[in-house]
Amino acid sequence: MSTTAKTVEDTAGAPEGAGTLLAVNNIEVIYDHVILVLKGVSLEVPKGGVVAILGANGAGKTTTLKAISNLLHAERGEVTKGSIIYNGDKIESLSPNELVKRGVVQVMEGRHCFEHLTIEENLMTGAFTRSDGNAAINESLEKVYNYFPRLRERRTSQAGYTSGGEQQMCAIGRALMSNPKMILLDEPSMGLAPQLVEEIFEIVSQLNKREGVSILLAEQNTNIALRYAEYGYILENGRVVMDGPASSLRENEDVKEFYLGISTAGRKSFRDVKHYRRRKRWLG
Amino acid sequence: MMFFLETVISGLMAGVMYSLVALGFVLIFKASGVFNFAQGVFALFAGLALYDFISMDGWFYELFGFALPVWLGIIATMGVMVIVAWLVELLVLRHLVNQEPIILFMSTIGLAYFLEGLGDILFGSDVKPLDVGLPSGASDYLLDNYNFYVEKLEVVAALIAAALVIVLAIFFQKTRIGRALRAVADDHQAALSVGISLRMIWVVVWSVSGFVALVAGIMWGSKSGVQFSLSLIALKALPVLILGGFTSVPGAIIGGLIIGVGEKVAEIYAGPFIGGAIENWFAYMLALAFLLVRPQGLFGEKIIERV
Repeated sequence: MSTTAKTVEDTAGAPEGAGTLLAVNNIEVIYDHVILVLKGVSLEVPKGGVVAILGANGAGKTTTLKAISNLLHAERGEVTKGSIIYNGDKIESLSPNELVKRGVVQVMEGRHCFEHLTIEENLMTGAFTRSDGNAAINESLEKVYNYFPRLRERRTSQAGYTSGGEQQMCAIGRALMSNPKMILLDEPSMGLAPQLVEEIFEIVSQLNKREGVSILLAEQNTNIALRYAEYGYILENGRVVMDGPASSLRENEDVKEFYLGISTAGRKSFRDVKHYRRRKRWLG
Repeated sequence: MMFFLETVISGLMAGVMYSLVALGFVLIFKASGVFNFAQGVFALFAGLALYDFISMDGWFYELFGFALPVWLGIIATMGVMVIVAWLVELLVLRHLVNQEPIILFMSTIGLAYFLEGLGDILFGSDVKPLDVGLPSGASDYLLDNYNFYVEKLEVVAALIAAALVIVLAIFFQKTRIGRALRAVADDHQAALSVGISLRMIWVVVWSVSGFVALVAGIMWGSKSGVQFSLSLIALKALPVLILGGFTSVPGAIIGGLIIGVGEKVAEIYAGPFIGGAIENWFAYMLALAFLLVRPQGLFGEKIIERV
């Protein structure tokens, strides 16, 4: 175990180059005025980049995304410290409606399609904030159908009766309808078969390349997230414990051990691992 | 036979009046998942405000020395209802986002009592005969030629209800705002996440139901005067909703008609056997039976559950 969390951070640094689209600076999030969930999270997303937030259940991935899209407010959470800068502007106090207009849209964990609306109506609700006319909106609809041909087949079905994969596609397509510059994608792999997960990630990656949409992805499935993302942040207990380019995270011994389930040193007792992890956290 | 028909027709007409109130419930329930207990009081409040605008013994006359013509009074009352909707959003709903439906429901009970009290303070509690120029009395034509008794007012109410339903159906199914309303009804959070402004939607939907309440207030007010028992018709709307389904506009209409006719027919034909007064509880019994057999109502949306 030669590489520690610290050295990865030191050598890699945040991604530079194309310019930063989103910068989250040391934010703290408190729910209900008492529950401290994020204890100083910082991250950056470059223009046109794909960045992943990784971590276990309850690490604070979803909260981080919701802090950015400001869906926190409806859950009685608030950002109490730090700042979120998007495109040069502070956005912590903007409403989700305003944020979607500016091009930041979240695809929530667990799909959240409008069950009683048809797939097409679902997609059309995504265009709610747009004011650039029906022609442009229909063009977007056509684009979404091209990315997700399955949705075209199911366009008249009620969303509640479509499969999990179709609902995930519908949720992503709906977000696309708002013409976003940045999609916050929360756990797209949840509850889907591995093959479907692969299919959805492939489409997301196409969207990023062809439409230039920046993507901030929260995933538990570290393996697939690190294959498609360029840069990753690992969250634990509301803090970023490690970050770096995806390629170096993939090679990192700790990440392999804790998140990818690959170990070079053979099987270890869980007690050792736990102890090691605890010590690691103290040192990190 | 003639008598039976007359009974049915008068039942239908009474049903239309129930439907008008039930409609307001459906609208708010669809868009915000809130069962608005205050809907009946909304109708009362609208009736009171309208009476105040167009009569000689209201505040408005005292302040300005003249009363508004009926059409202007209706527009002004609509303005009042929009303000009420806006205030409800500002003072109540905004603070209860993402709370349990039961909490929202209880807040509307509070709202009902508040508005009732406010109406009492502002406009007084006496019965006010509302006259907006709707025809009244029996239809002479039908009475003379067919010896058939139908209230003109009830025919007008039926026509207006029909028009209202058509307009609302188009609004919900075809327009951008209507689609957003249905989206909000399905999933608040998701609606927020795609940038639908809940506040705007709520103000819109409470205003629309305020408008429906105004129509109901005018009809009931013309029929039996604007009085505080009007707020109790909300209770009659409840079985209508259970029958028709809480989320269906046509359901509210059909449910109202079934209850109206059922009541009248039961009262007249079954009443004598058990000593009458069936009209008062018939609707609730019917609703109870429906809850056992078809809880989502005739036209309610089925609860979709993926397994």
